[in-house]
Amino acid sequence: MQKNGPIALIFHGLVVTFVLAPLVVICLVAFTPENTLSIPTTSFSLRWFREIFVHPDFVASFANSLWLATLSATISVALAVPAALAIDRYDFPGRDALNGLFLSPLIIPHLVLGVAFLRLFALIGATGSFGWLVASHVVVITPYVMRLVMAALSGLDRSAEKAAMTLGASHWTVFRRVTAPMILPGITGGWLLAFINSFDELTMSIFVTSPQTVTLPVRMYMYATESIDPMMAAVSALMIALTAAAMLVLDRAFGLDKILVGQK
Amino acid sequence: MSRSRTALTPWLLVSPGALLFLGLVILPLILTVILSFHAYDHTTGIRNEFTLSHYATVLSDDYYLGIFWRTLRLAALTTLICAIIGAPEAYILSRMRDPWRSIFLLVIIGPLLVSVVVRAFGWSMLLGSTGLVNQTLQALGLGTVKLLYTETAIVIALVHVMLPFMVIPVWTSLQKLDPMVEAAAWSLGASHFTALRRVVMPQVSLGLLSGSLIVFGLSASAFAIPGLLGGRRLKMAATLVYDEYMHELNWPLGAAIAIIVLLANLVIMLAYNRMVEARARRTLG
Repeated sequence: MQKNGPIALIFHGLVVTFVLAPLVVICLVAFTPENTLSIPTTSFSLRWFREIFVHPDFVASFANSLWLATLSATISVALAVPAALAIDRYDFPGRDALNGLFLSPLIIPHLVLGVAFLRLFALIGATGSFGWLVASHVVVITPYVMRLVMAALSGLDRSAEKAAMTLGASHWTVFRRVTAPMILPGITGGWLLAFINSFDELTMSIFVTSPQTVTLPVRMYMYATESIDPMMAAVSALMIALTAAAMLVLDRAFGLDKILVGQK
Repeated sequence: MSRSRTALTPWLLVSPGALLFLGLVILPLILTVILSFHAYDHTTGIRNEFTLSHYATVLSDDYYLGIFWRTLRLAALTTLICAIIGAPEAYILSRMRDPWRSIFLLVIIGPLLVSVVVRAFGWSMLLGSTGLVNQTLQALGLGTVKLLYTETAIVIALVHVMLPFMVIPVWTSLQKLDPMVEAAAWSLGASHFTALRRVVMPQVSLGLLSGSLIVFGLSASAFAIPGLLGGRRLKMAATLVYDEYMHELNWPLGAAIAIIVLLANLVIMLAYNRMVEARARRTLG
């Protein structure tokens, strides 16, 4: 293996600084005791974190986002696993078209999806409904689950399934006792990735949320277009901490590079 | 097991997901296309009349064309900068040893999981008139620069958000390259530059191409970044659609713009796919 030269390392240092700068600044400003957005130098304070709890709308949005992401990630896994099995294991007419359909939210801009959902929900009188918001999130995050589950399925050694089948196990038993445990890393990784994507989604959600179902990113966006105070930094710092925790779990369990870069 | 059951099983497995996707992807898109041909009146709202006027307005009015032009320009610039930064960075990463390699890969692609609103907010603090960038410039005696609510701010933040999408495919294609091939080129007398140009670049170009495609598509339809860093006046396609829907309440016009964004996206994807396929065919001989 060749080593990186000094110029390469300086370049690398600059890129890393660029990538981390906004995140680090947020985490520092969140602890300011001042009323303005400033980096604390002499004393640190938790006042802006306390301030969040004086804004019940932020707390409600946080709870709403958490619940929304949990529900939609779970439903998405429940739909994607059987669909991935069918597409991976069977040859049937329309298979490629269906595969394309399941992955299509990746190439349709979220903006367009948001507009399209808004039209549909307005026509069927479902605007502002939490159930339909969950359904719209399921559509947006399912491609991520599909990809991870498909990757897990294609890397699977099928002789164990055949052995179980020969020994008289039913299809359902084979899936439950043999296939599912083997693709479990793909399923869990897919669920977590779907959860994070749902929790962070802004562009589509901003069209379909109502004042009662506003998610945290939408609330933050609305707030930031009106005014910027250190409380935004405190909320953002909490979100960074939450993401970092999820990232560590993902990385320890499966290797983040495998999940984000894709399994070969 | 009977034959008919085998034929039915895959359908039973895909049908719940397929129904949801037909109902929530295909149907709403069709409804939006129809909506974009509806007439609109500022006093009575959407009217049941066929019209092409929204497309005509959007494609002829200087206001809309200006926004489309800005969207394309900033997305192209973002793609170019991402390629210039992302490709060398992926190369440097691939030459590192563990644990640094995994740590820095995590640092570069990890922010992908942090909400875009959070990252945009971070940049608005850095680039503001009293932000860290201006404080540093002032300390150096260079005076202040107006950065926030300019196109520069939008591009900086877009590059920040899109960089992982460029690093990932380039990194993936570098993983397939045997480092000994590069070493072999050197031992045969090639300079480092020649080895990079003739051995590494051809391998990476496919990754670079697919990275550019993703970055361009996502930048052209980005919403949070222009919304928070461009302010009310510097609009891009996505913020324009949002305004038409939420402030002007002219849904048919907004739908027409959204359909144009979707079509442009699909056309670019297809063109790129053709290019990638042609290239792959040539490489394979």
